[in-house]
Amino acid sequence: MNFDAIAENLPLYLGGALTTLKLLAISLLGGLVVAVPLAVLRNAHSRWLHGPVWAYTYAIRGTPLLVQLFLVYYGLAQFAVVRDSVLWPWLSSAWFCACLAFAINTCAYTTEIIAGALRNTPRGEIEAARALGLSRAQVLRRIVMPSALRRAIPSYGNEAILMLHGTSLASVVTLLDITGVARDVNSRYYIPFEAFITAGLLYLSITLALVGLFHAAERRWLAHLAPRS
Amino acid sequence: MLHGYAASLLEGMGVTLAVALASLAIACVLGLAGAAAKLSRLRWLAALASIYTTLVRGVPDLVVMLLVFFGGQLLVNELAQRAGYAAYIDVDPFIAGVLTIGFIFGAYLTETFRGAFIAVPSGQREAALAFGMSRAQVLRRITAPQMLRHALPALSNNWLVLVKSTAIVSVIGLNDMMQKAGQAAGATRQPFVFYAAVAVLYLAITSASELGFGWLDRRTSRASRPRG
Amino acid sequence: MDATPTLQVTDLHKRYGDHEVLKGVSLAARPGDVITLIGSSGSGKSTLLRCLNLLEQPHEGCLALDGEDLALQRDRDGSLRARDAAQLQRWRSRLGFVFQQFNLWQHMTVLENVIEAPVQVLGIPKPRAIERARALLERVGVGHRAALYPAHLSGGEQQRVAIARALAVDPKVMLFDEPTSALDPELVGEVLKVMRDLAAEGRTMIVVTHEMGFAREVSNHTLFLHQGRVEEEGDPREVLVRPRSARLQQFLSGGLK
Repeated sequence: MNFDAIAENLPLYLGGALTTLKLLAISLLGGLVVAVPLAVLRNAHSRWLHGPVWAYTYAIRGTPLLVQLFLVYYGLAQFAVVRDSVLWPWLSSAWFCACLAFAINTCAYTTEIIAGALRNTPRGEIEAARALGLSRAQVLRRIVMPSALRRAIPSYGNEAILMLHGTSLASVVTLLDITGVARDVNSRYYIPFEAFITAGLLYLSITLALVGLFHAAERRWLAHLAPRS
Repeated sequence: MLHGYAASLLEGMGVTLAVALASLAIACVLGLAGAAAKLSRLRWLAALASIYTTLVRGVPDLVVMLLVFFGGQLLVNELAQRAGYAAYIDVDPFIAGVLTIGFIFGAYLTETFRGAFIAVPSGQREAALAFGMSRAQVLRRITAPQMLRHALPALSNNWLVLVKSTAIVSVIGLNDMMQKAGQAAGATRQPFVFYAAVAVLYLAITSASELGFGWLDRRTSRASRPRG
Repeated sequence: MDATPTLQVTDLHKRYGDHEVLKGVSLAARPGDVITLIGSSGSGKSTLLRCLNLLEQPHEGCLALDGEDLALQRDRDGSLRARDAAQLQRWRSRLGFVFQQFNLWQHMTVLENVIEAPVQVLGIPKPRAIERARALLERVGVGHRAALYPAHLSGGEQQRVAIARALAVDPKVMLFDEPTSALDPELVGEVLKVMRDLAAEGRTMIVVTHEMGFAREVSNHTLFLHQGRVEEEGDPREVLVRPRSARLQQFLSGGLK
């Protein structure tokens, strides 16, 4: 096996890792911020409120990320109104399209995760807050949402790792993330094993780091639910 | 609306389903073997299975697939050359895709089956042994049927994720729904229409699967549902 | 005068790691005997019962059924296991076992539970097994529940099904491991009644129990176990009313838990 070529291209791989991390961070952040209000709407009584949100999460979770990516990157360019709009410089950029598609995707899954956690809030906590005179909005903001977000940490950790793996699809639309670099190295040197094993090791490292991060988050913010030692 | 490409898309859907089902079969075999390994008393075997599941869950599907495809291509041709075969052998994307996805989901099914096995109370097995049933009979008549009931929710989730992941096989040139849509999009310059159509087809598959698993779940939980 | 014991247990030892749970226990069950094993938790009575059909592996001792020895060999960890798998299966199929937690097979109906062993282990044709099963279920008073699943029955009903299931293989000896301990108090009576009826018709039974009334009125031989040894044994009407050993006196007065 020829790992010299890999050693030579290490800067390229590390650049790819940086790209991957940037894609991940932007997507997760964008998705999370929008998911919080959507999760509240998802649990609303009115069908006009929870209906559209349900339809959105159903459609996204029922279709592959690759299809969603292509719809944004290739699909939107079909429409003249898009091409002539002021948004075109963004929508024609692979970077922007990838981030948008990934954010839309992770937002749907995150919405369901948080909505589930909201639904599972122990009734007693809500009743106690109402009994003490807090308004509906205060109950949500001060009691229910913080509790739900904490309880969502394990599932969200899983989602973050799945999103990390999802970013590898950025290579399909020419971006030079870890997978993109690996494909490039393979096509130049014909060393598929070395190229993709290296990519795999990088992803594995980031995955393990994420797992560690979320375990630490659980220990800090879920300590109140841990079994008494 | 689809400019006559409907038939082509449906053909692609057939290929997608074929990949999904074939991968599922391989994944089930690997999953059962992996679960047995993790539950065995031989520590090296359990460790091997752990390495398998950790690796798979730490690396993106696309990377594994590219490794299997390009690496396999290289390996097959090297071995062929050494055996004296001169011409270049093309690895079929279908085979590479099925092997990859089967291998990946074998790791997820390992956890599913292991969890299902543990969920069956040991008293059920004990009673069967106490009546003189052989280990094979206990597995076949008592453990396996109850495992199925416990595995169903996770199995249904695994299947849905598996179906969606088949889309990446188009990247190595498989003529599935994605490829067909790309061809149609190129010819008509209407990529949105065709990728939207593919999305609808995937949604149909996942929705139908959810209905199917719901029915299966109702049937197998007959024994434990409270009397109506 | 003494018939060959149906079940002969000689000098049974069992340990878990360093802790010896059975320190040389022997017993013999003759046809028609109803033997009760009593003692506090940790005394080894359940372990003893479970060794009889090798659900637990003893470390020393001999077992014989109708004069036939169960062939044993030493396992890697020092305990004894059956040398011949086929002989073990036959052995177990001639001992009926009733568990404290019933252990009815949850995915099968009551009727299917009762015919499972006769069909799968004894090779009895299914129609005949079903006929016998229905009769047995009627006898224990749950005939009307035959088509239901165990989860839909009360605890008492489930245990009676378990007894029918054990009867279905026509065992030489029936083993009961604290059959009423997991039941709500008001359901204990219906199970004890079935067991009394079985004793009355001459079934050979070995019962681990806390029900002293049952022991005194139904069984003809009681063994009191304490810390893995048979501390005292004999006719329950003697042993339970006029205990000779101090520990048995303590146990009966509620002192030993």
